[in-house]
Amino acid sequence: MIDRLNASLNFYQQALNLRDERQKVLSANIANADTPGYQARDFDFRSELDQAVKRGGSTEGNGGLAMATTSSRHIPGQAPGNGSVSNLMYRVPSQPSLDGNTVDMDMERVNFADNAVHYQADLQFITSRLQGLKQAMQPE
Amino acid sequence: MLNVFNISGSALSAQAQRMNVTASNMANADSVAGPDGQPYRAKHVTFEMDAAPGQSVGGVRVSGVSESQSPFRRQYDPGNPAADDEGYVSLPNVDPTEEMVNMISAARSYQANVEVLNTNKSLMLKTLTLGE
Repeated sequence: MIDRLNASLNFYQQALNLRDERQKVLSANIANADTPGYQARDFDFRSELDQAVKRGGSTEGNGGLAMATTSSRHIPGQAPGNGSVSNLMYRVPSQPSLDGNTVDMDMERVNFADNAVHYQADLQFITSRLQGLKQAMQPE
Repeated sequence: MLNVFNISGSALSAQAQRMNVTASNMANADSVAGPDGQPYRAKHVTFEMDAAPGQSVGGVRVSGVSESQSPFRRQYDPGNPAADDEGYVSLPNVDPTEEMVNMISAARSYQANVEVLNTNKSLMLKTLTLGE
């Protein structure tokens, strides 16, 4: 029963996780807008979400070290990787700047606002999903 | 998400330090002698990305404050006690235009990061009330 509940929320959980991660990446871009040589980062949300849903919440394959097991009775362990994003890419600058910085503030602001709204939308979806489940469990 | 606070916070403090240096330059634009007896030299901060080892995203930090090596302004003023043998006074190499531009740029960046911080804060508070 509990794993069913988990499965029904997994998609939203992964989406929210990735939105959070993207928020972090975009914040870092804005923070480094004046750092010489800094290259703006971002990732393709769609493909990352695809992968995350396929992985189904397991931490495997996100760059974390796996524990070596020397006996069949050892419990396999996996260290959490650095974030759930597997393919962090560089933005292609529309205008080169002299100091090698590729942050375009307008673009970052727009992406940031877009991501924040999507994050809220995801929260809203989870809330209504939870409320639906709660309602289904009411005795009347 | 707490990490985002660190990133924006580091940017705020870095930009504030840049603003400090700019204020110091502007204030000393006419200082003919500093503690070492030499005219004041304009200072500039250098930013550097501040990422934890193995991480590809991170905040920003001030890696150093460098002194401008451009020549001092020289002004003919034989009556001035700070004048040299030829009657010239060396004045700081502060470029007021450059400093103003730096100041505006720092203020704008500071504002942008405050906005980022506020947005993230409200998102986080919303996350805490998830499912209610």
